Amino acid sequence: MIISVASGKGGTGKTTMATSLALSIDRARLADCDVEAPNSHLFLRPVFEPDDTITMPVPQVDEDECTLCGECAVICQFNAIVTIADTVMTFPELCHGCGGCQAACPAGAIEEGRRTIGTIQHGRCNGLDFVHGRIRIGEAMAPPLIRQIRSRINPDETAVIDAPPGTSCPVIAAIKDTDFVVLVTEPTPFGLNDLKLAVETVKILKIPSGLIINRSDIGDNKVAEYAAMEKIPILMEIPYNRQIAEAYSRGEPVVEAFPEWRERFEKLYADICNLVAGSKS
Amino acid sequence: MKELVVISGKGGSGKTSMVAALSQLANNPVLCDADVDAADLHLILSPNLKESHEFTAGHTASIDLEKCTRCGKCIELCRFDAISPDFVVDPLECEGCGVCYYFCEEGAVAFPENLSGHWYMSDCRFGPMVHAKLGIAEENSGKLVTVVRKEAAKIAESNGHEMVITDGPPGVGCPVIAAIGGASGVLIVTEPSLSGRHDMERVLELARHFSVPALLCINKYDLNESISEGIRKFAEQHNVPCVGQVPFDPAMTKSMVQAQTLFEYDPNAPACTAVREIWARLREEVV
Repeated sequence: MIISVASGKGGTGKTTMATSLALSIDRARLADCDVEAPNSHLFLRPVFEPDDTITMPVPQVDEDECTLCGECAVICQFNAIVTIADTVMTFPELCHGCGGCQAACPAGAIEEGRRTIGTIQHGRCNGLDFVHGRIRIGEAMAPPLIRQIRSRINPDETAVIDAPPGTSCPVIAAIKDTDFVVLVTEPTPFGLNDLKLAVETVKILKIPSGLIINRSDIGDNKVAEYAAMEKIPILMEIPYNRQIAEAYSRGEPVVEAFPEWRERFEKLYADICNLVAGSKS
Repeated sequence: MKELVVISGKGGSGKTSMVAALSQLANNPVLCDADVDAADLHLILSPNLKESHEFTAGHTASIDLEKCTRCGKCIELCRFDAISPDFVVDPLECEGCGVCYYFCEEGAVAFPENLSGHWYMSDCRFGPMVHAKLGIAEENSGKLVTVVRKEAAKIAESNGHEMVITDGPPGVGCPVIAAIGGASGVLIVTEPSLSGRHDMERVLELARHFSVPALLCINKYDLNESISEGIRKFAEQHNVPCVGQVPFDPAMTKSMVQAQTLFEYDPNAPACTAVREIWARLREEVV
């Protein structure tokens, strides 16, 4: 089973929930798919294996073979290859790696090169298998790296995915085809607005979901009203607590700083299992 | 005309509340919400919509099963596994590369442009505002960010506004790259946590990578004073001006719940003094 933790709005507590949930499951994996701002490792402090460098295909043109026919530029939707006067230029950072130019080149002048988009690291901590990715600074394309992390998850294991914020392609890559989405929000206008966007995203992907309202007493009641209207189960409510915020700042998982919370996270996992079983029957 | 882009790396560090507060201190600014994925600035600034524009970007393939001869070439060539064995394109997986469209000998693939979202020109109580909404699960957020920034700059240039203040997206990827390129400066709003610092270092590296001058401020600095101290030292070592720090102040959240800026909610809140100081430093550094 794969449980993803997502939010729409950033900073609502995805990493807090994902790490404590994973630590409360017997033999789980945590996969941090927020490759732009990965934080789970700061809480779990895994012992890492050496990095894997992740690359994407990009065109490499043999100028001696190239006839400057321009067919590569015709097929490329991303302006990553153009012919200008008597030369062909490539812009690797714009390339999506579709291989169209290579397939379309009548002279067979294009071969596949590689560009580095980031790294993936595996590690272990407290009986937990850990994996995360880090996008190379300056690289724009997160989804291919996220898909690579997803491919490292064994379909038979229990995994918790820490997803990036937002509602666009990186989130889709992180949560698509997972069994359940835990949506983490806060009871404020920003939290509600972005929760609605996240709920729409989850609906498009047809994944069952539940809600955690973090800092549940800092705002108003509109998130709970919205959840009732949308029939989204509220899995947990956590009032604001300065000690939890301070433990967070030091990188301490909630279930380790406050062992009395372990039972609640174990129950959270049991509730999710029941909801997933219910959605499949 | 100067453009200040407020970013953070980590989400939820207070970018939008900071932008809303600065909007009130600035002299007739143009406001721009470049967090097109999860835009929130309008919730405080309550803009009056003047113009709505469609944003089209990218293409998605679809296969006409009447014309399709099931030759399988499209499935063989698609690197995104977007075409099912019965020749139906999954729009969420389709990258919009057009390879299937280009190579289909039967002309069975249509490749229309996507309506990916909308962008808006509005007026709010502090000045003109340009904002947008990317469609759910859409791509091309970077291109939409570029559109809103260009439109905000146009308004500022043609009407003689001194400054555009842009609310940036979280992270360091495509939309952030689009949000900071060519800006006069970025203000990084961080918080004193290991996560906040980690992500601040990454987004600072991004600003350096694109040669955009960076300034730093610490929100909720008193939540962990030793990490705040570490952040200030880091900023000094890396020649990043730390333009101020804001104490943890419930007025920040309470003002947001009331759809007000910090100054509208409580001009005497402790955070107000800190934000005024930050604005004074920002003016020196950017304007």
